[in-house]
Amino acid sequence: MLILDRLAKTYDGGVAALGEVSLRIDAGEIVAVIGGSGCGKTTLLRLVAGLEHASSGSITLDGEAIRAPHPAIGFVFQEPRLFPWLTVAENVGFGLAHLPAAQRRKIVETALARVALDAYHDRWPRELSGGQAQRVALSRALAAEPKVLLLDEPFSALDALTRANLHEHLLLLWQAYRPTLLLVTHDVEEAVKLADRVIVLQPRPGRLFTAFVIDLPRPRDLLSAAFTQAKGAVLDALAAATGPVRIAG
Amino acid sequence: MLELGSAVENRRLAAAPSRVRTHPAFLHRLAAHPLALGLALPVLAASAYELAFRLGLVEARLLPAPSHILATLYDLARAGDLATHVMATSLRVLAGFAIGAATGTAHGALTGSLPLLRRLLDPTVQALRAIPSLAWVPLFILWLGIFEASKIALIATGVFFPVYLGVMTSFANVDRRLVEVGQMFRLSHAALMRRILLPAILPDYVGALRSGLGLGFMFVVAAEIMGASEGLGFLLVDGQQLGKPDQILAAIVAFALIGKAADYLLIAVFAPLLRWQDSYGRARESARVAQRRGRDR
Repeated sequence: MLILDRLAKTYDGGVAALGEVSLRIDAGEIVAVIGGSGCGKTTLLRLVAGLEHASSGSITLDGEAIRAPHPAIGFVFQEPRLFPWLTVAENVGFGLAHLPAAQRRKIVETALARVALDAYHDRWPRELSGGQAQRVALSRALAAEPKVLLLDEPFSALDALTRANLHEHLLLLWQAYRPTLLLVTHDVEEAVKLADRVIVLQPRPGRLFTAFVIDLPRPRDLLSAAFTQAKGAVLDALAAATGPVRIAG
Repeated sequence: MLELGSAVENRRLAAAPSRVRTHPAFLHRLAAHPLALGLALPVLAASAYELAFRLGLVEARLLPAPSHILATLYDLARAGDLATHVMATSLRVLAGFAIGAATGTAHGALTGSLPLLRRLLDPTVQALRAIPSLAWVPLFILWLGIFEASKIALIATGVFFPVYLGVMTSFANVDRRLVEVGQMFRLSHAALMRRILLPAILPDYVGALRSGLGLGFMFVVAAEIMGASEGLGFLLVDGQQLGKPDQILAAIVAFALIGKAADYLLIAVFAPLLRWQDSYGRARESARVAQRRGRDR
């Protein structure tokens, strides 16, 4: 279980990015965090990743305090961030350097097959499309079998069709590896489609506004009345959290 | 680096033959050779001058005809002098380049990857860089004598600065986002250096080494003009003193050839490590290769 306890972050300049967020996430749960700009979504994720230090509060994973990058926590960034000098397979095996070569090769092959890129084993990252590159990035993060995978708007740069395809890949990977997923997004439909729980943040400083439990069966029918209703509720909450739209002038 | 299966590439393959069939085949085979286009300009210019000389259009006392220069080169080569001079110059450049590149790389890596050291050392190095390297010559001669040591020290000084600057700035410019991926996989400092920083700077590093090598050749001439009994720079001075412009030009041609060869060798050594690069030049190159393959089929 991943527990965030009154987690807060104020940057050196005095900007309060995140003010006291508490959250309990079960093992294997998919949680989407949604909110407008300035609500500290990315800060929250980078704190859990150990890439930044909290000003106050704590993060514990199965009882262990997290203050720095941890082997049980993986990260998929907004951009694929593949190493251009490594082949696709070498990228996927990047975090497995401590394993014997034969074992590493087996894990990499399985991971690539799971995102349907086994044919791209020896290609360079520059030969991949945006969607393919992000699938390799997912593969690289999951090959190390983290208990928790953090995803920072990983599909936001992709077109709608590719994004829907990546959603399917992510759910298949989740079934294969069963990690806890903590997904930051600004796309309400994406959140409701993927998550067991949608957390809505409000901005300046970022804090919890409300949360929705989405207990629709998977695969979710995006056109069903229940889905549309859930989406509407999250949208309303998001609008309320962000405040009324003001037009300057 | 064949672009396998991409739709764009396939279309290019299909389109190529019909577009090129209009030209004579032999011209295309010639132009397709990697050296052909590069040689075209010097060969054309030399032929034009040779022709003008044969027709009596130019006075060749100060600028001898290409055939005359080639004959001088041939004579020097047959007597064994050319090999001696080329060897002397090459060995000086090699020694100076090795010392300058090694120290430049080490210092650049230190100041590039450790901000504290950069603030401590870089201002001094930059101040030293601002001194024209030739200003060191009297001091080097006083310290190291008039023979090889002072010459190699001068060349090493010339090579050091571009390599140092290139390595330092390329370290500072490594994409922070890739370093973060390494942090997520908890790489040690040594592993981060070996697995991310060094591969990331390699393309820029090759560029820095090339400018260093170029300066090495510049400074070997300076060193040899100032006093040497062998070397291509000596041939230059000797040609001036004896009033033999053909010998000067022969030495210049030899400089151009060994400079180009050294640069080519440097690129060839690093090419296998840079196959991953996604650059404009490379895209054009692979398109050309694909086009040629399409035609051969």
